[in-house]
Parts: sequence; C-alpha cells; structure tokens
Amino acid sequence: MGVGIEVNNLNAWFGKAQVLNEVNMKIGPNAVTAVIGPSGCGKSTYVRCLNRMHETNPDARLTGSVKVGEMEIYAPGTDAVDVRRRIGMVFQKPNPFPTMSIYDNVAAGLRLNGFTRRAELDAAVESSLRMAALWEEVRDVLKKKSGASLSGGQQQRLCIARALAVQPELLLMDEPASALDPISTGKIEELIFQLKTKYTVVIVTHNMQQAARVADYTGFFLMGKLIEFDKTEKIFTTPSDKRTEDYITGRFG
Amino acid sequence: MPNLNRPVSSFRKLSNLAFIGSAILASVVVLAPLVAIFGYLVMKGVGSLNLAFLMHLPKPVGEDGGGMANAIVGSLMILGLGSVLGVPLGIGAGIYMAEFGHGRLVTLVRFTADVLNGVPSIVVGISAYALVVLPQHHFSAFSGGVALGIMMIPTIARTTEEMLLMVPNTIREAALGLGIPQWRTTLQVTLRTASKGVITGAMLAFARVAGETAPLLFTAFGNQFWNLNPNQPTAALPLQIFSYAISPFDEWHRQAWAGALILILLIVIAVSAVRVVTSRGTMANNA
Amino acid sequence: MVGQTAGVKPFEHIEVPHIELRSSRISKLLDVLFRNGLLICALSILAIMALFFYELASRSQLTIAKFGLHFFVGNTWDPVSGDFGALPFIYGTLVSSFVALVLAVPLAVGVAVFVTELCPRSLRGIISFTVELLAAIPSVIYGLWGIFVLAPLLRTYVEPWLAKALGWTGLFDGPAYGIGMLAAAVILAIMIVPIIASITREVLVAVPQNQREAVLALGATRWEMVRMAVLRNARAGIMGGIILGLGRAIGETMAVTMVIGNRPEISKSLLAPGYTMASVIANEFSEASDDLYLSALVEIGLALLIVTVIVNACARLLVWSITRGRGGQAHA
Repeated sequence: MGVGIEVNNLNAWFGKAQVLNEVNMKIGPNAVTAVIGPSGCGKSTYVRCLNRMHETNPDARLTGSVKVGEMEIYAPGTDAVDVRRRIGMVFQKPNPFPTMSIYDNVAAGLRLNGFTRRAELDAAVESSLRMAALWEEVRDVLKKKSGASLSGGQQQRLCIARALAVQPELLLMDEPASALDPISTGKIEELIFQLKTKYTVVIVTHNMQQAARVADYTGFFLMGKLIEFDKTEKIFTTPSDKRTEDYITGRFG
Repeated sequence: MPNLNRPVSSFRKLSNLAFIGSAILASVVVLAPLVAIFGYLVMKGVGSLNLAFLMHLPKPVGEDGGGMANAIVGSLMILGLGSVLGVPLGIGAGIYMAEFGHGRLVTLVRFTADVLNGVPSIVVGISAYALVVLPQHHFSAFSGGVALGIMMIPTIARTTEEMLLMVPNTIREAALGLGIPQWRTTLQVTLRTASKGVITGAMLAFARVAGETAPLLFTAFGNQFWNLNPNQPTAALPLQIFSYAISPFDEWHRQAWAGALILILLIVIAVSAVRVVTSRGTMANNA
Repeated sequence: MVGQTAGVKPFEHIEVPHIELRSSRISKLLDVLFRNGLLICALSILAIMALFFYELASRSQLTIAKFGLHFFVGNTWDPVSGDFGALPFIYGTLVSSFVALVLAVPLAVGVAVFVTELCPRSLRGIISFTVELLAAIPSVIYGLWGIFVLAPLLRTYVEPWLAKALGWTGLFDGPAYGIGMLAAAVILAIMIVPIIASITREVLVAVPQNQREAVLALGATRWEMVRMAVLRNARAGIMGGIILGLGRAIGETMAVTMVIGNRPEISKSLLAPGYTMASVIANEFSEASDDLYLSALVEIGLALLIVTVIVNACARLLVWSITRGRGGQAHA
C-alpha cells in the first residue's frame, strides 16, 4: 500500500546555483500528485530529492528533511540504496537495460538485490508486466527479445514494470510521457490511474492537461519555490496565487 | 577593382591537381610496406612452417629441422601472467576514471596513463628487471609477465574508460533508481552494457604486447629448452625471432620467418576471436 | 477522468507474489570496498610511473656521481676501461628520429587528408584499417623485414643512387652497407606513420563541415579548401600527432637495433652504421658485468624515460586542448 510523504524546508543546489528553495509539501497515501511549472523551475530536481537521486550528481547539495511513510530518508543512518529500492522511479526517456532481455529487465531490480528464487521471480515478472499492461504484448518473447527492441511506448511501460517489480511504496515519474506519442501517452495515463489503488504516485509533467487528467493534487513550482499546492481542481479553477493563475492560463512560461 | 569574371587560373588548377596527386601517392607509399611485409611473411614463412616447427624444440646450429614449440608455449605463459596482472588493474582503473571521474586526481591519472603509453618498452624492461629480477637473482617468465602486464594497464584503462563513458547516464540512473547498490550497478549494469568494447580493448592491449620483445630481453630472457616453471628463464616467440634473425645461419633465418608468421597469426587470431565472441548473441545487436 | 479500457486491467485482478527484500547492511560496506579497490587500481598507474623514475634514478647513481653532465657529451664508450660517454647514442637517436619524421610527416598527413577529404567513402574504411594494421605489426617483425628485405633493397638500388646524386652534401658518403642510419630511419618512418596519420585524421574530422563549405562557396579549389579551412584549423592537432610520433621513434628499440648497425660512432653520412640509446640498452644490458657498466646503461634508460615523458606530455596536452570535451569529461 502507498505511503504519505512529508517534505520540510527542502533546499537543493547544483554547485553554487540554488535550484530548490524552502519547499514544504505534505502528500497523503494513495494519491496522485502532479508537479508542474515552466522548464528550469526545479520540478525534476524536486522528485529526484524524494528518492535521493539528486546526490548522484557530484556537484549536488541539499538540506531539509523528507519523510516517506515512517522513514526519514535523509536521516544519518538511512542508506540511499535502501531508500531508492523502496521508492520506484520512472524517467523521462525510457531507459531499459540494452543488453538484457525483457524478462531480465523486469527481474533486474530483484536479482541485483539478491533475490534469485526462480518461481517467485517468474511470478513477480508476470504480475509487474500485467500491471504495466505489457504482458499480453510480450509474453511470447520475454526471454528472446531485448528490452531495447520494443517501441518507445512499450519501453516506457517496461520501465514501469521494472520499477514495480521491487514492490515500492511510492512511485516517482519524471515526465514519463514526454517522449511518447499520444496513444502511448494515453496508455500511461490510464496506468497511472490504476497505479494509485496500490501506490502513492508523484508525477512531474510539463503538460497541464495531463496534470488535470491524472492528478488528485497539484503543486506549482516557479524558480525553485513551491508557489501553490492544493487539490488539482482548485489549482486549475480558482488558484489563490496570481503567478499560478498566470501560468495555467498560459500567460507565461 | 579586380576582374572577377576571369576563369580560374591555370596555376590554381595545376596546384589543385598536384595536391590530389600527391595525396594519392602518399597513400600508395604508405600502404606499400604493409603489402610487402605481409607478402614476405607469407612467402618466406609458409615454406619453413611445418608440424615439426610447432612441436619440436630448437636444434643446435648446423642441424636442420627443429622448431619453436617451447617459445610458443613460453609466450602464451608470459602473456597469461601479464594478463592476470594487467587486465584487472587496467579495467579497475578505467572504471574508476569513468564512474568516479571528477576532480584533479582522475585528470592526473588519465594524463599519466596517456604518457605511460608512450614510455619506451625497453625502459619498462629495465624497470621490471630492477623490480623483479634483481631481488630474485634470476630471470623468469614471471618477471616477463610483470613487464608485459605493466604495459597493458594504461591501454586497457583508457579504452575501458572510453567505453564506459559511452554508456548513457540514463542506464546508471535506471539501476540506481531501482535501489541497486553502486557496485552492482557499475559491474552488472554499466560494465555489462559496455562489455563488448571493454573486452575488445583488453584484447587489443593483449595483441599489442604479444609482439613485444624489448621488455623480455632481460626479464624472461629466453631458453632453448622446455620450461613450464614461471620462476625460470623462459623462451618467447619474439625473443626467438630476434636472436634467429641476427644470427648468421640460413636455417635460423628461415625459422625466424616462420616464427614471425606464427606471431602474426597469434595476434590476428586473438583479435578476431574477440570479434566473433562479442558479435555473437543477437540480443545486444538489437540495442 | 479516465475510464477503464481493455488495455489496462484493474489491479485487483492481478495477483502479486509476496516478496520481501531485506535491506542488507553489507551492501554499504561493499560499496566502500569497491570504490577503494578501484581507487587502488587507478593509483597503480601513478605508482608505476613513480616506480620507473625511482628504479632508474637510484640504479644509475654510480655514473651520475662519477661523470655528471659529461656523460651526455662524452664521445667514448669503453666498458673495458670504464669510460662512458653517451653522445654517440644520443646522436644516433636524434638523427634517426629526425630523418624518420622528415620522411613520415608528409606521408602521414597525405594519407590522412586523402582519407578524410578526397577518397570515396567505400575506400575510406579499407585504408584506415590497413594503416591501423601497420601499427599492429610487432617491432621485431619490422626488424626482420628490415634486415632481409629493406636493407638489400637500399644497398643495391637506393644508396648507390643517393651517393651519386647527393654525395656532394656529405650526407650520403661512403660504402653502401644497406644496414645503417638510413635503414633505421626508413623503418622508423614506416612505424610512426600510423600514429601521426590516425591523430591527424582525428583532428581533421573534428574540423566543422561548415568551415569547408564556407571556403568552397567562395570558389576555392579542393586544395585551397584543404589548405585554408582544414589544415589551418588542424595545425596544433597535427603538431601533437607529430610529437607523439617523435616520442615513439625515440624509444623504438628492436627494429632499429636490427638494422642500424650498432656501432658507437658519430658519422655525418646517413649510409654509415650508427647506434641509438634504446639499442645499446637492448644489446648490452644482459652482458653488463660490472656495476659501473650497468649504471651507465640504466642512466641512458633514465634519459630516455625523461625525454619520452616530456615529449609525450607535450603531445597529449596539445591533442587534449583540441579534442577537449570529447571523452575527456565524465557524464554529468
């Protein structure tokens, strides 16, 4: 089941440039939260701070606290690897492992975390691919075809299946449909709608209609600051901040 | 105002033709020695090549026949020892440069590796002599292996680094994002993705040192007899070719050509084996 | 809001196996071990370089102390009476490398220009591959070929002709042995062409296409285009390649040893035998019976090391400064 998230006083830097400024956000379990804003506003950095991917960049720095469920992910005793295993992430461009088959791609997270029992591995791969609505399309070529041989939309669903296979509590999606055609995008959106019955989902998007379609809550970022965070309906109909209104009515960005 | 309507001057046309002509000539002159060398190798080598050459020990001067069996085996032994030292260290250094490649230390290592690549092999030979032979008080296959291994490290390190840098960063992020630890991500995802290139690089380094003679002169030293003990002086194909080539005997000259042909074949086989092995498996080809 | 379609099934119908992944405490330790293990590999490269300098410097103390700088200007090499001057070897190394460069540079640049600017696409791969093959041939095989093919060729055809035509310069004086400085230079030239050619090709390819088009659009011929747009832009890189080739020529041992004649004399004529720093080590190191003799040879090695390190460092800096950003920097 999904977990809640509580972000307090989050600041992030690349070198000397501050990309996030005093962000505070509280997200309930099993909801879809969209993060929107003009490019360069820090929305991608924000989700990368939620599973400690931010720090994989050598120039990156960060202060503040992020609590996912009961776990304070930046507590001194917490292992970043552990955090990332419990928080799944789907990236902007589909990135299947090119040298692995479809099956191996989905099983990679489990195998490389030391889980090797055959029967359960098979079951986990099947259920993950079913959840990602890819099972029917690839069941016959699971071990024959490389993950990289699929179409773009299929690749992205493969990456979602790969993330689901380790059974995360929270799923982060960084513009998961921006590189896809409209039909594949539609499938991913349906998928997100289903995903929230089991997971908490945070999705970054530059597409406001997409945010309006899939999200229960929406946060608007501008120049590293969280300007407004509320129910999606409220953000898109009666925003309380002038800048949010300007953005969603297309007056800038 | 110059007359811009006049045709291109004949001087300009001529110098252009001269340029094209000399570029073609240069290419022919460069390629000619290659044809000549391979031609002579095959012509002179094949005639002296027979089963005895591959199976027998060298005969004393004056006796016909004999072969370089001990040198072939010795070369493989020295190269094996060299690879055991050079391949892991080289790949490890390459991984470090590519995956932790920030800061001055890595720039220094990268630069030193490039400079090390240009250090004459004879200097490597003296160093291996001072490092291994002097303390042990005797020549050995082991010291030859150390010399060749040292020569492999910078080459392998740089190709490994280059191959790993070609792996898109999204692949690393995908693995880290699944909560796979750094070491597993690097070894089982990043390195695996780049494995073809890394193996090819290692094989090329192997092929390069396979023909090295100078570093073996005062390490492996050479041996007229069978020796499988890495702690004893050992024959090597390039050493044998060298000493036979500068000898005054026709029979030995013939054997030197045959040895050279075998050496080239060994190098070609090593390189093409990699091509075959790494091109197998259609899975990765789709990528 | 999105409805349910055939594509995405409601999750309640999907059975998920129970999988429990334990967070392992070892993984963090392994990460630290992994990183430090790799660091040691990387440091081994620095250690090797330091070791070279240390071993050679410490083992040449005897002659450094005894002869000082005179070692490098002394003309006599007499192991029996213990008098060591390395000048004939230094001279041999410099002259053979220099002549090799004179022969190799135009050829290498010519091939590189031909491959990048002139030749049909289908030939391009074949020529590059063949030039790379030249680089893969072991030095000892070049030497073998030099003794039995090149030297007789020089002796019977080239050298008599050179003596007749250019004998008055004094550069091609004396009997034609075949074996000698000229043979060494020719072999070296063949060996360093691939190095210079491949670096030159790399920097030529790096010249942006729009530079070529700009010059061609002004009505330039091919030659004018290559001269103005390509070679001028690539000057520094070609220089880097040439210096790398020089480094290789200075240190090349076996092929030169086999064809240069190995006589420690300074002669103006390129037809006369000579000796190089690398060859004297190769020939005499394992026979050097006393400590002073050994020290003298090691000191030559040390000089060779210092020179090649400086030469290569310069060349690398030049090439790096041009191809910067490609392969040099890690991922973000």
